Amino acid sequence: MKTITVVGASLAGLSAARELRAQGFDGRLVIVGEEPHQPYDRPPLSKDFLLGRAEEADLALTDAAERAALEAEWMLGVHANGLDTGAGEVLLDNGTVRTDGVVIATGARPRILAGQGNLNGVHTLRTIEDALTLRADLERAERVVVVGAGFIGAEVASACATRGLQVTVVEAAPKPLAGLGDEMASACAALHTDHGVRLLCGTGVAGLSGDHRVREVLLRDGSSIEADVVVIGVGVVPTTEWLDGSGLSLVNGVVCDPGCRTDLPDVVAVGDVANVGGHRVEHWTNATRQPRVAVRNLLAGALVESCADVPYFWSDQYGVRIQFAGRVLPSDKVEVVEGSVEDRAFVAVWRREAVEVGVLAFNNTKSFNRRRRALPL
Amino acid sequence: MLRVCDLSELPPGESIRISESNTAVPVAVFNADGVIYAVDDTCSHQDASLSEGWLDGCFVECPLHAASFDLRTGLPTCLPAKKPVRTHQVSVVDGVIWLHQAAQDVA
Repeated sequence: MKTITVVGASLAGLSAARELRAQGFDGRLVIVGEEPHQPYDRPPLSKDFLLGRAEEADLALTDAAERAALEAEWMLGVHANGLDTGAGEVLLDNGTVRTDGVVIATGARPRILAGQGNLNGVHTLRTIEDALTLRADLERAERVVVVGAGFIGAEVASACATRGLQVTVVEAAPKPLAGLGDEMASACAALHTDHGVRLLCGTGVAGLSGDHRVREVLLRDGSSIEADVVVIGVGVVPTTEWLDGSGLSLVNGVVCDPGCRTDLPDVVAVGDVANVGGHRVEHWTNATRQPRVAVRNLLAGALVESCADVPYFWSDQYGVRIQFAGRVLPSDKVEVVEGSVEDRAFVAVWRREAVEVGVLAFNNTKSFNRRRRALPL
Repeated sequence: MLRVCDLSELPPGESIRISESNTAVPVAVFNADGVIYAVDDTCSHQDASLSEGWLDGCFVECPLHAASFDLRTGLPTCLPAKKPVRTHQVSVVDGVIWLHQAAQDVA
């Protein structure tokens, strides 16, 4: 292959570019990124960045020396709107790139609420611009409503509470993070109430009201909550529209075999956009790990390695470091094996028959990592 | 010099964190298969405590993002860390681990 184009210039795309060079690809490397920025780290956007403890420069994933060594052609601020493998082209909004191989790393974008509208003061959080706009808006706010009690919502609520704002979190499900099971979901929910944040569960949002700026969040039960700022954190949608008509199978992301290979030859997918062997994983570590396998298979032109990582994520909320690894089912048995939920410092494990298949820790990093390493693939 | 602990309290594979009340910044002290090392405790990438990391030979892996550091030099051996952590000199005298107070920057 003479040219490989990586579409997407965030963590997964950058990791793929690094892997291409590390694995000996010495041809033309093109990196297309929709955002105008060099690759940056997103996790701090919902944590230190909202508190003003991190700035744009702190988020950089590369420096000038690394970029020089990569010898890539960067096309930033450029939107890809098609893939024509017959012609061997990635179609851009300002031209085309002739290419032999493609790494799809276009990530995901925030889901919006039905009836979200265009009111000022309503935010989603994915990009640095989103975070800058939200942070500026919080300067003038007193009451914040966070819609969705997943990890982004919880981290934003934590940051807003730390800023001294009056925060309500609204969650449509009966408990947040239901996938963790009743007891552990309750442990996560308790962090909100520990810190004076109101958590309303089992209540969907019917709409938002206001003139130019949002004034109220209207709930399905007929009640409403006043808000100066509303943050919507109800999940993400993989960014695949640009691939419509390409011949790729697009079901919950770009469908790939266990080695990140798509239906089309010489096209692989990594990160949030990739549905690899039936799993689409939206975590940071996944975006750093899949590219090694994807690039290996791309360069080999065959499935020579499959991804074999146990999913892992972390979250920092209200001064508590939460870490989780594994794939757990509602039928698995969960047990606290160290510390206690009441102290907000514990390790819990999920067992299927006698085998540990998942581990969750609050403020217990060392023990977490020991158990994480012992989890089966 | 600062007394860390008895050598017997830090068996091979174990680590201990010395808080910033005793030193300028928190320091992590490791027993790597019988050799004692000390480095700045906070990962050079993002806020995580290396003393809680995974020790593999004379390398420690950050518990949050899996950056790895060579305890002998403080140099990162893989991403996401790009900057080194400072190393500190340690001595073992009569079964007691001592930390020398001046840190070594990477040459």
